[in-house]
Amino acid sequence: MSKPTQQLDQVVIRFAGDSGDGMQLTGDRFTSDAAVFGNDLATLPNYPAEIRAPQGTILGVSSFQLHIADHHIQTPGDAPNVLVAMNPAALKANLGDLPRGAMIIADTDEFSTRNLGKVGYAANPLADGSLSSYHVHALGLTSLTVEALADAEITRKEKERAKNMFALGLLLWLYSRPTDSTERFLTSKFGKKPEVLAANLAALKAGYNYGETSEDFAVHYEVAAAPMRAGTYRNVTGNAATAYGLATAAYKGGLRLVLGSYPITPASEILHNLAAMKRVGVTTVQAEDEIAGIGVALGASYAGALGVTTTSGPGLALKTETVGLAVTLELPLVVVDVQRGGPSTGLPTKTEQADLLQAMFGRNGESPVAIIAAQSPADCFSAAFEACRIAVTYRTPVILLTDGYLANGSEPWRLPTMAELPELVPAFTTEPNHTKTDGTPMLAPYKRDPVTLARPWTIPGTPGLQHRIGGIEKADITGEINYEPDNHEKMVRLRQAKVDGIAASITPLDVDDPDGDAEVLILGWGSTYGPIAAAVAEARKEGAKVARAHLRHLNPFPANTGEVLRSYAKVVVPEMNLGQLALLLRAKYLVDVTSHTAVRGLPFRSSELAEVIVAATKELSK
Amino acid sequence: MTLTDIGMPHGLDLVPRLPEGAAPLNRKSFTSDQEVRWCPGCGDYAILSAVQSFLPELGVAPENVVVVSGIGCSSRFPYYVDTYGMHSIHGRAPAIATGVAVARPDLSVWVATGDGDALSIGGNHLIHAMRRNVNLKILLFNNEIYGLTKGQYSPTSPTGTVTKSTPTGSVDRPFNPVSLALGSEATFVARTMDSDRKHFTEVLRAAAAHRGTALIEILQNCPIFNDGAYDVLKDRTSAQSRILWLEAGEEVTVGAEKETVAVWSGGSGINLIPRSEAEPALILHHDPAAADPSQAFALSRLDDPALSHIAMGIFRQVSAPAYDDGVRAQVDAARSAAGPVDDAAMEKLLAGGDTWTVGES
Repeated sequence: MSKPTQQLDQVVIRFAGDSGDGMQLTGDRFTSDAAVFGNDLATLPNYPAEIRAPQGTILGVSSFQLHIADHHIQTPGDAPNVLVAMNPAALKANLGDLPRGAMIIADTDEFSTRNLGKVGYAANPLADGSLSSYHVHALGLTSLTVEALADAEITRKEKERAKNMFALGLLLWLYSRPTDSTERFLTSKFGKKPEVLAANLAALKAGYNYGETSEDFAVHYEVAAAPMRAGTYRNVTGNAATAYGLATAAYKGGLRLVLGSYPITPASEILHNLAAMKRVGVTTVQAEDEIAGIGVALGASYAGALGVTTTSGPGLALKTETVGLAVTLELPLVVVDVQRGGPSTGLPTKTEQADLLQAMFGRNGESPVAIIAAQSPADCFSAAFEACRIAVTYRTPVILLTDGYLANGSEPWRLPTMAELPELVPAFTTEPNHTKTDGTPMLAPYKRDPVTLARPWTIPGTPGLQHRIGGIEKADITGEINYEPDNHEKMVRLRQAKVDGIAASITPLDVDDPDGDAEVLILGWGSTYGPIAAAVAEARKEGAKVARAHLRHLNPFPANTGEVLRSYAKVVVPEMNLGQLALLLRAKYLVDVTSHTAVRGLPFRSSELAEVIVAATKELSK
Repeated sequence: MTLTDIGMPHGLDLVPRLPEGAAPLNRKSFTSDQEVRWCPGCGDYAILSAVQSFLPELGVAPENVVVVSGIGCSSRFPYYVDTYGMHSIHGRAPAIATGVAVARPDLSVWVATGDGDALSIGGNHLIHAMRRNVNLKILLFNNEIYGLTKGQYSPTSPTGTVTKSTPTGSVDRPFNPVSLALGSEATFVARTMDSDRKHFTEVLRAAAAHRGTALIEILQNCPIFNDGAYDVLKDRTSAQSRILWLEAGEEVTVGAEKETVAVWSGGSGINLIPRSEAEPALILHHDPAAADPSQAFALSRLDDPALSHIAMGIFRQVSAPAYDDGVRAQVDAARSAAGPVDDAAMEKLLAGGDTWTVGES
């Protein structure tokens, strides 16, 4: 007899356990099942920098939060409705985020005196009544798993390791999901280890059946599919979408993609993804260091490929000098910075937006580059494509800013067709473009396109156009070494004008102001898009009149940015830094923007931003 | 017999050659219109001239040659050669050139660098280029001094070198570029001299034919900040008693009458002893193709700051897979297995494993 089903419009689930408990995999699998089912979703993995932090400690807690809904959602959710706590540390680390009435599923086997002591619990919170305002399901996940695998020919330790699949099975039952897609996944993952595969499948089933039969669970829930635009979808993380965007842009430009990269958290998955794309001609070089990574990319661009390097903040600092070389060589180059908490090593696995000023100014001399930021995991595809478009069209380095939240977070992605994407036109120079004073034809490597101010991209192997370029200041037009004052003045201004001129090719800043009478504008950039959008929706429900806009292009800004800023009485800029965009806006437009900042290594909560918005509108109407 | 005759891959295998009957190239074909701006008497002039005279011999059109350099006097080299060229930033030329080589098998890629550029600020890139065996020909101009910054000691300056930055003498020990290259398991390592056009050209010829990284240390005189550093090797008489000319298959000897010979010391080093005292069977014969670089390394350890002895020539020349060839082979294999890269292939790639379709509502 089947148990009753209750409909929910959304739910936020957080899986939390030791960093060796397989919580990321469990979350990933639940996400895939929800995606294929048709929910809208957003995810937030949160894990320690250490691969195996001390077992059972708060430091070692790894969690994966996902938000699924039957309607369009923007964030992984502020507060979990369900916490799966695999040990006392996981409970203690996450309890503060749980609203009263939330469900807690805890593995009693791990709540030993020793483990409780490790995190400072004097008494067992599952037994002392301190969790009375939550729905607690305390069950022996580990022993139930071991029991279910009694006949399996593997060690006890291996049996215990399958407990995450038991938990996943239980949650799949709880939210009325079939187990077959996870079964397929396990089969492909463990196909070569039949006994491990059998154990994981059995644990998954046992968890599912436990929900069905145990009296502990009276109802299960259903979150219906969300209406979405027609199309074919997949779930994608920001790092994967970035890799796809880069490869697709290269394809649309008929260029070979060459990635030079050095492993760094949280950017390495872009390297991994691209390294697995050899079948479409992608070339990857794992370089000896960050500097060599960008050196390889620049050398490849010089040779006529689309050179890309991927990194995080500390790596960008090392690449700085080569970015400057690319600025003066005026070659296409894409630098992806997956931002993380800084300064220095900072918080390698946590998110932040504090590299904007490094991207903008972190070089010697007047050294402008284009800067783009992605706003959601799936949007990393479009942002990466746009970065390549600008790099190729304008012969300039472009810094693409994503961050740890986008990199590891995921959401449904409507797959683009190749036909709907624009072409990239490398337009290599193959003929002389200038004449010497004596009338003979020649290549003038710094003779610019009159519209874009881009210089010719003339690649080695082109007969008769041999020329030399370098980091020393070059003469206008001819590109020869030149130290003259007036020439330097001209070249510095030309390089700046070229980058400023990119504004002509980008879409104007779009403002979302349904009633058209808002006096407060919330302006964001990068990964704050989701939390801001959700917060604005919340604030509007409370009657706040508020407009919203989001910047994809940080340098140059869209041409209408100043005009937009000036048409609101108050502009609030939320950022995960100490006000870097606010500084740029104030400097450029002399608009007194209000900064709202947080640097906790986590994305904003939309409820927190909604309060900020409501307060801003109230303050204005005083 | 050269090594290429026995079927080893050639350094220019994938680089197009001039067609039969094409107008022959000459030194002028590789001379740019730029005024050469090294100090009068600089050893760099001789190096430039030797390279410009040698390049036509390759039968490769100037547009298929790329010279990448870093920073320093020697790194002005690309401006003067009428090929494609990049004067990049300090120490990074091997990394940038690796990008060129990986992207374009049809180019002959050369790196011009100095002792400061290659061995100090760019040391990491140099050793990794050699470790990987990228198709690069690296010309390392070694004058044992920083010239462009006006005379500070370099990582090849002997201990005790007095300069403006080391007024009481440098404290640190120098690198031996050949030892370093052999330690990095470079597949082609040679030493030659700016003033010895004939030997230099022979080394260039072998380097160009080598598939993979060729590291050529060129002893180069800086007439301004370190004049005469190699004078004892340039004076015919004093050179005879100091230079061991390495020839494949030949005895390793020194002296006008080859009267001093190299023998294993019994330990891991090499002793130089009078021929009369040497058992003929134990006299070392040079074997640059030996898989084990130990003998080549021992030969590289014969020199000392006083240059009482120094080996010159090709220390090592072995065949090994080149990095860029391997990278290309993996991409090519994946591509030919997967079929053409078209819209459908790209869309399939983006779709990955699990997809779902939402219909028109």
